[in-house]
Amino acid sequence: MNFQGKDIISIKDFSKKEINYILNYGKKLIPYAKGEKFKNVLKGKVLSTLFFEPSTRTRLSFESAMSRLGGKVIGFADPGATSQKKGESLADTVRMADSYSDLIVIRHPKEGAARLAAEFAEVPVINAGDGAGRHPTQCFLDLFTIFTEKKKIEKNNVVLVGDLKYGRTVHSLAYALSLYNVNLSLVSPNTLKMPKEVIEECKELGVEPNQTSNLEKAIKDADVLYVTRIQKERFPDAEEYNQVVGTYKIDKELLKNSNEDLIVMHPLPRLTEINPEVDKTSHALYFKQAFNGVPIRMALISLVSGVEL
Amino acid sequence: MKELKIQPIKNGTVIDHINAGNAVKVLHILGIPKSSSSIVSVAMNVKSKYGKKDIVKVENRELDPYELDKIALIAPKATINIIRDYEVAEKHKVKLSKEITGIVSCSNPTCISNSKEPVKSRFIVLKKDPIQIKCYYCEREPEDIAERII
Repeated sequence: MNFQGKDIISIKDFSKKEINYILNYGKKLIPYAKGEKFKNVLKGKVLSTLFFEPSTRTRLSFESAMSRLGGKVIGFADPGATSQKKGESLADTVRMADSYSDLIVIRHPKEGAARLAAEFAEVPVINAGDGAGRHPTQCFLDLFTIFTEKKKIEKNNVVLVGDLKYGRTVHSLAYALSLYNVNLSLVSPNTLKMPKEVIEECKELGVEPNQTSNLEKAIKDADVLYVTRIQKERFPDAEEYNQVVGTYKIDKELLKNSNEDLIVMHPLPRLTEINPEVDKTSHALYFKQAFNGVPIRMALISLVSGVEL
Repeated sequence: MKELKIQPIKNGTVIDHINAGNAVKVLHILGIPKSSSSIVSVAMNVKSKYGKKDIVKVENRELDPYELDKIALIAPKATINIIRDYEVAEKHKVKLSKEITGIVSCSNPTCISNSKEPVKSRFIVLKKDPIQIKCYYCEREPEDIAERII
């Protein structure tokens, strides 16, 4: 399979066959991501990270991934220190990064920004989150986590809980999981339900999601519980946020009646939705999930760069 | 003899087979009456073989292809007759392209195409009848297409 030069803007740009290929390849890279093995396959190559919005895991794991492959990273994490502040267009900033590097990773508060960046760049562009829109590498690492933990994605009982309206990871994830014919339960307060068009997409792929606000009932037979933060920054109205924050709390008590091998995932950062007491249980997988960002991003960076380990 | 609902025109354009009730939207797209001094006649809910339809006649003005693209968005079955000296000089159906550029603005206020970037709005046509389009940039599907025509 050839991914050389491909932009990674949306998970929908990939077929199930391509996703499977990337997940399997990512698995091979785990020892490289841990630093147990090393190959300088991207020596002399430069990755630009253009982060117009705050990020911890996504930016660091991209930087780690490029370094583990032998390449270098340039970029910024604070747009206030760039010419954007002087009013430069995103298109011009991207043109510059294009001439300075071999690959661009971009996070931006506006939806569609990565697609626009790809229009102005010759080198491949990877979307690291565009507003409330898409975040395909997060989706890849979420699938990768289920794939490596459960050995397969198909037929798992997956529960997505929290902000399903504004949360960008859950939209792409619900779509991608539907490619694998999972049993999908969507748990949210009434005001933060999954958008209709996402439900329609799941249905078109043959998955009829069960929508509820009752978490206890939903996790009874669950194999995967995917928790999201209620994101204050995405709410147009502070009052709406205050009404729903803290609706769902995952703690030991809640997990008492769950499957023994239930895994709890979270894209992080978390606030109060997962009690720290869960961290020490066998269910907690969110930190390992965060690590998985490195091998899967190594896989994506190397594939679009035209090299494979 | 069949009675004509509106009089023939000497020169101009007749837009026929507009879905009933959409004639006003067609006028809006053509910038009538604001940017035009042409005489315009409108017939609404006219009986035809395929049910009811609207007709718009614009005197002394021949529509350009850009305007036809716009009309296709809200009246996908419309036919355009260019009239010269009372005769139909040209007749064609509006045709919706696979992609629409620079005609409709995205309904998502935080879409990058609504910021000061050097790009035109761009939509992929998902379905032609009824029309369903998706923003190339943010993937939002606007429902109020007629209201969003630039």
